[in-house]
Amino acid sequence: MIEFSLWDIVRNLLLAARWTVVLSLVSFIGGALVGTLLLFMRIGRRRVLRLFAKYYVELFQGTPLLMQLFLAFFGLGLFGIDVPAWLAAGVALILWSAAFLTEIWRGCVEAIAKGQWEASSSLGMGYVQQMRYVILPQALKIAIPPTVGFSVQVIKGTALTSIIGFVELSKAGTVVTNATFQPFMVYGLVALIYFALCWPLSKSSQVLERKLNVAHRNH
Amino acid sequence: MSLIEITEVRKSFGANEVLKGINIDVDPGEVIAIIGKSGSGKSTLLRCINGLELIDDGSISVAGAQLLPDELHLKALRLKVGMIFQQFNLFPHLTAGGNVMLSQMVVKKTPKAAAEAMAHKMLERVGLGHKYDAFPDELSGGQQQRVAIARALAMQPIALLCDEITSALDPELVAEVLGVVRELASEGMTLLMVTHEMKFARDVCSRVVFMHQGRVHEIGKPEEVFADPKTPELKQFLGVH
Repeated sequence: MIEFSLWDIVRNLLLAARWTVVLSLVSFIGGALVGTLLLFMRIGRRRVLRLFAKYYVELFQGTPLLMQLFLAFFGLGLFGIDVPAWLAAGVALILWSAAFLTEIWRGCVEAIAKGQWEASSSLGMGYVQQMRYVILPQALKIAIPPTVGFSVQVIKGTALTSIIGFVELSKAGTVVTNATFQPFMVYGLVALIYFALCWPLSKSSQVLERKLNVAHRNH
Repeated sequence: MSLIEITEVRKSFGANEVLKGINIDVDPGEVIAIIGKSGSGKSTLLRCINGLELIDDGSISVAGAQLLPDELHLKALRLKVGMIFQQFNLFPHLTAGGNVMLSQMVVKKTPKAAAEAMAHKMLERVGLGHKYDAFPDELSGGQQQRVAIARALAMQPIALLCDEITSALDPELVAEVLGVVRELASEGMTLLMVTHEMKFARDVCSRVVFMHQGRVHEIGKPEEVFADPKTPELKQFLGVH
């Protein structure tokens, strides 16, 4: 039997953690792009688009991420499309992040006082101008802390992709455990690495919240 | 010809009819105080004039611009009437100067330099030239309201709507805002103001409109309305017996 040193284990986990980071970044950035698009549908004036975005969000928030991963992975296979695990993982996480980000940002836009709309209306601004110059600059500011906070959820969400065979940190943990028979230590290390990724984000979200609150006293 | 023509205006919120056929014509340079109990429809009337509320029936026009519920007509109307709110509604992410500049630049497409010059001029006019770079949360309520007035004036409206603009202010700040309004009135600006400042209404206004239950109950010169109220409702409102 081969002996594994602690460094062997840690090194393999860290190598796999790269993929957790890459997948998180892709999901978050992709989710943000799709989410922005959905946000404008959601708060726009076209009823069809508003409803589409609303049901999209409800669908993705109302089903487990795991099911979404399975559907992306196996579902497309039914149509004869062979989906590699990384693609299914990426697509599912992007669509899932988009739903949550849309909802977070919608809340931020709606948190802007009605008086801001009225004042800008009374100055003759149209909808797009109001959004561009009055509402979004303020909404963006209050959106930063919850958005950063949500990125933590994305990182943790990537762990689920191990189930469809994408080799990231969790999957690597399983593989290493199978070779070393030291589940407690290996998963303990895996958890530590996740914590090292997530904690700075949670912390900065809290700091940002405090900072931006000071700058955003309501009148 | 009247500057603002309000004809048979009706407005309901659900089953509750808050304006039951309002007729008021305002001449250029007139200063009109709209008084009445809360719920009498006075704020709603003001908000209808620049299209913040849509009317159900009747018509409103300001200097020939009709109130119609599409963006183009609303914009044309709103370029003619400015509005000042009880809660100031300054844009908190912009400085006082930025607040006054923004709509000039995005609505009127005024070049930046000209908008800046206008912002300086208007802030000077309300006595806040030195606060050009201050953010709204660094200003007192009275100062914020004066910036809001400067912001409305920078669009060079021909009439201003003032919706209880001193009601959210501490008593000692009311005078500085009313001082600015008084000055505007003396310069010939047409003003429609919903107000609880009876003394101000008596001193400055050319006509007083008393609204009661969605109707214009009494209308006339302040000396008549205040000294000789005709209806029991107005007597009760003014506290004279």
